[in-house]
Amino acid sequence: MIYREAGQFKTSYAADQQMLPIPMDRWFVIAVVVFAAVVVPLIGSQYWLESILIPVLILSIAALGLNILTGYAGQLSLGTGGFMAAGAYMSYKVATNMPDFMPVWVPVLIGGLFAAGIGIVFGLPSLRIKGFYLAVATLAAQFFLIWLFQAVPWFVNDSLSGVPSTPPMAILGYKVTGAEAQPEPKYLFVLAFTIVLAIVARNMARSRIGRSWMAIRDMDIAAELIGIQPLWTKLSAFAISSFYCGVAGALWSFCYINSVEPTAFSINRSFQILFMVIIGGLGSVLGSFLGAAFIFLLPIFLNNVPAWFGLELATDIVTHIEFMVFGGAIIFFLIVEPHGLARLWQIAKEKLRLWPFPH
Amino acid sequence: METIATLLGVDPFDLWFFVEVLVGGLMAGVMYSLVALGFVLIFKASSVFNFAQGVMVLFAALNFVGFLDMGIPVWLCFILAMGVMVLLSFVIERVVLRPLVNQPHISLFMATIGIAIFLEGFGEMLWGSSIKPLDVGIPDDVFFLGEAMIQQNDMFAAVVASVLVIALALFFHYTRIGRALRAVADDHQAALSIGIPLNHIWIIVWSVAGFVALVAGIMWGSKLGVQFSLTVLALKALPVLILGGFTSIPGAIVGGLIIGAGEKLSEIYLVDAIQSFYPSFSGAIEEWFAYILALAFLVFRPQGLFGEKIIERV
Repeated sequence: MIYREAGQFKTSYAADQQMLPIPMDRWFVIAVVVFAAVVVPLIGSQYWLESILIPVLILSIAALGLNILTGYAGQLSLGTGGFMAAGAYMSYKVATNMPDFMPVWVPVLIGGLFAAGIGIVFGLPSLRIKGFYLAVATLAAQFFLIWLFQAVPWFVNDSLSGVPSTPPMAILGYKVTGAEAQPEPKYLFVLAFTIVLAIVARNMARSRIGRSWMAIRDMDIAAELIGIQPLWTKLSAFAISSFYCGVAGALWSFCYINSVEPTAFSINRSFQILFMVIIGGLGSVLGSFLGAAFIFLLPIFLNNVPAWFGLELATDIVTHIEFMVFGGAIIFFLIVEPHGLARLWQIAKEKLRLWPFPH
Repeated sequence: METIATLLGVDPFDLWFFVEVLVGGLMAGVMYSLVALGFVLIFKASSVFNFAQGVMVLFAALNFVGFLDMGIPVWLCFILAMGVMVLLSFVIERVVLRPLVNQPHISLFMATIGIAIFLEGFGEMLWGSSIKPLDVGIPDDVFFLGEAMIQQNDMFAAVVASVLVIALALFFHYTRIGRALRAVADDHQAALSIGIPLNHIWIIVWSVAGFVALVAGIMWGSKLGVQFSLTVLALKALPVLILGGFTSIPGAIVGGLIIGAGEKLSEIYLVDAIQSFYPSFSGAIEEWFAYILALAFLVFRPQGLFGEKIIERV
């Protein structure tokens, strides 16, 4: 009985249309956001902020993007890494060539928009094909884009190494990108993007556009018959998903690895994000965050566990175990809980509603 | 910027050079076909798109090399490695496929991605992740066709592939199990209703795919050494499938040949043409050529060259 909806009456349309209609959920989410924005920067060490929280938040954005495409619109994509690279390279190009007075978030957003455009181009085949065929088509995006950004030196301002460092940029005098930036402003910068994009995603999912995505996902022919245009729906899913991935790629370059390099966006990145979405929960905003945290933290956890028991495992053995655990976890979740970690959270809430009674 | 042809000191428009590139490409294509064959077999019998086929190639080759290094004779190694693949099919059928019966195809597809990741870790955990040379006595000299230099092991792979395809065709057409497999591929429910045990069929078809993977693994392994990057190369089998059609064995072969020849020829001639007016173009289009070709193909003929026409019913 800790968690309940009973007795919570809505008296206006506004109250009925709220994003989180149950006060308990609402206050919980607000508390989490305030904690993340105020308390975490105060108590978090540099290691926690820079090596764990920033990458988890950025990967959550990418997972949100893929979840829009795969979870909500039902279009399988293996090209996430390519779209992230598009965002990273374009925002680098803009950041190094724009006038100084432009705010920092401009190149990130332009990177996202560029990725969205590319997403539309590679989403075009989705109008004729689906399922595995589409997966192969998006693999084309992955390999072609990574090659393109390496082959055309224009994207990296003809840098000789081909792997330029990202320029330092500041908001109100605090550096938020590049290697010299302090972890706290960097973290808040990433967090701001994450919160805004998560709210937008949540609202899209429950509005007209999200519903048309889900209709296309559940049965495309029936959706077409009730008047949903597949062209517009699928391409918008590709565009918005790629925008999220592009922003994530830009942030990954600017705030995490501090350089623009193709290896950060390889095919393995695409798979990593696909696993986050599967394990976190297809078609769930919360699931994207849970999945990103799970997949990113599991290797760190596995690296530390043997040490607690006084065991010394070689790093390559740990990597192999990591692969096996990932593979096993994916199969396990697909069989036992196809809706992923997000569904487990929901089940926990339902249990709390009845607790301490069994029925 | 020098082109590959000038680096090799040959005239790119020399006929024999063209033949050499073409034959080299076709032979690389045969290798892709070998992987694609495994995909087609499983897709036909169970409509599961087995993403793990590429890793199965690596896994089979790792087992084979592992047994070989223990000093076991080649023929016994082959049988042992095959035994492992059969065992693997049992486990996959029991642990992955059976609980996921009647789930959407896309779930099964993602489950095979899980199998792929698991096998990758498992195989390298058993046998280590170093590059292992593999020598089973496949001749690796070169011989000359006119003035074109041709690798003997490429020819050997082509012969093995053709034998394999013929054997599979005979197996599918003239044996009891082969007929059952075709029946299942045609219509699951009808096959069940006349008493064909689906679960057994799945084990058999995954074992056959494991056999194909083992052969492909030995071929790839003797050419490049048994190493992790085989799985990335095996991904090239996906565009091959798109080109040939997901349900057609001849399609897998023809698709492989087109992709192999296309990517080698374009690496020489297309890059040459682009560099003639954009000299700083760096080439290496081999990485994505196959995928873009498949993508272009999808727009015009989604079912592939030999695939069955896709009919949608509400």
